[in-house]
Amino acid sequence: MRDVVFTWPGRPRFTMSIDEFTVERGERLLLIGPSGGGKSTLLSLLAGIVTPDDGSVEILGTNLSQLSPAARDQFRAEHFGIIFQMFNLLPYGTVIDNVLLPLSFSKSRRDNVERNSSAAGQAARLLASLGLQPEQIAKHRASSLSVGQQQRVAAARALIGGPELIVADEPTSSLDRISQQEFLELLFNDAGKAGSTLIMVSHDETLASDFTRVVHLDDIAKTEREQS
Amino acid sequence: MIVIRLALQSLSARWLTALLSVLAIAFSVMLLLGVEKVRTGARQSFADTISGTDLIVGARTGSVQLLLYSVFRIGNATNNITWKSYTDIASHPDVAWTVPMSLGDSHKGFRVLGTTPDYFEHYRYRSGNKLTLSEGKVFSDLFDAVIGADVAASLGYSVGDKIVIGHGLGSVSFLEHDDKPFRVSGILRKTGTPVDRTVHVGLKAIEAIHIDWQQGTPVPGQSISAEDVRKLDLKPQAITAALIGLKSRLAVFRVQRAINEYPQEPLSAVLPGAALQELWGLVGVAETALGAVSAMVVATALLGMITMILTTLNERRREMAILRSVGARPVTVLGLLATEAGVLTLAGVLLGTILLYLVLAIARPLIDQYYGLNIALSAPTAWEFTTLAAIVLAGIVAGLGPAILAYRRSLADGMTVRV
Repeated sequence: MRDVVFTWPGRPRFTMSIDEFTVERGERLLLIGPSGGGKSTLLSLLAGIVTPDDGSVEILGTNLSQLSPAARDQFRAEHFGIIFQMFNLLPYGTVIDNVLLPLSFSKSRRDNVERNSSAAGQAARLLASLGLQPEQIAKHRASSLSVGQQQRVAAARALIGGPELIVADEPTSSLDRISQQEFLELLFNDAGKAGSTLIMVSHDETLASDFTRVVHLDDIAKTEREQS
Repeated sequence: MIVIRLALQSLSARWLTALLSVLAIAFSVMLLLGVEKVRTGARQSFADTISGTDLIVGARTGSVQLLLYSVFRIGNATNNITWKSYTDIASHPDVAWTVPMSLGDSHKGFRVLGTTPDYFEHYRYRSGNKLTLSEGKVFSDLFDAVIGADVAASLGYSVGDKIVIGHGLGSVSFLEHDDKPFRVSGILRKTGTPVDRTVHVGLKAIEAIHIDWQQGTPVPGQSISAEDVRKLDLKPQAITAALIGLKSRLAVFRVQRAINEYPQEPLSAVLPGAALQELWGLVGVAETALGAVSAMVVATALLGMITMILTTLNERRREMAILRSVGARPVTVLGLLATEAGVLTLAGVLLGTILLYLVLAIARPLIDQYYGLNIALSAPTAWEFTTLAAIVLAGIVAGLGPAILAYRRSLADGMTVRV
């Protein structure tokens, strides 16, 4: 990420500028910043959901700004697994459909999965490794799960097909302390096995211990909020 | 596959609102098609008011005017035909039969038609149906009357009842032929034509009740009793109109011209079919109005569907954000919403059509019985298919609006999932 300037459209205006920010492959990076400090903006830029007004975002050798919007969506489908803070799942869909959803948008991830086994089998393995009993919940509606279980299903969805990048936006903020720890361990474990790079943002520094690198948002980005 | 399944599940999670939208569209489609069916039915029934008659003859007037007063019993004849002219026409070599009609009196708002029993033989409606009696028989006595189904129903008459005919056409007559009451001898079956609202009496009876009248009032001191009148010669002086049947339909224009050029008296002969068409052209404005109203109903239902999609859009922002995060393209998101609108509209259109045919199948005999309206249970016409397809298309287009809005919002939301 180089010389990036980005302003959200609409009011109040929020501008973020980043001179340089680099993540190595295979890193487990924790990005720390206060609430409303631009963490989600940075992730949106990384994932190509929004494009910078100036500068470039280069992921795995591809400059996202130079892709068409549709190609960016495709790029995201192929290479990203995204976990939100909460409300990750389509509530009316079954757990298994939620997990398999990314595969219908990405051929390479579908191929990755099917090289080893069936998609459903792989989903079940991921769910099991995240501490869920797939045979009990796979056919249930996502909305019938607890918040902690939902976050694990979301992790399974991000991990399926082994995308190069896992991006997580405060995935543990809705969990209690013990569940947080457990969730992170499982996530690290699976991301490590797949060789995925993990970028997670949080306002909570106590999580730092297990990451390979911790970065404070203030150190890499300047933000400006125009009062209206 | 998963995306489509999830879209369907999303829809079924909102089944109540979705169902209401489908029902709203279904009912509006039902109304639109129903109006169309009734319209065609009404047009057909109208065109079938009189059939089997080749010409209608009256004093010289416009064809619509003649049709209105002779068949529809609306308005008045400006002039009468003399009995001599009528007998001349009846003896024309091409003429097979004639039925004289004498109008001008009424009974409690219903027109009284003086005619001969031949009328019941030759008057045909709805492609050749004859008038039939539900009770009693055709008049045989001088003071017998045969009444239409509506007359019997609204005045509660049955065979044998005495009725008094009023002079003139008002619903309240100040002058009545109360010295010569009539007896109901028969009641006709419902036809859905003006016959239902007519009191039929013998042509001679019309003459009889006016025999002691002059200039539209009874002549004082000259009253002739109902018994004495039977002894008199009741040959009518004049009639209002006549129905004519020809030996060959090919002669119709020849006879028409002969009548129109009849030297002794200015007469008009019109072809009932042509005159009916002309008259429909006048009342056809109502058709257009009906069509416009049902089009508006369909538009309202589509608006309702857009409202439904828009109100659920906020809760669906989560869905949009998730789909975008896993790499769904804008096209997919737009497509899902537009398809949803299309599916809802299609379901509504199908349901509406099925419901209409069900209702028609059940209600058709009743509509015929009570309103004399014969609605054909025919397959949808090309026009109807085109309209239905246009409605589905309009539904998809209507769904695109909210879809574009949803996509814009999903862009603005970025990585945050808002609820």
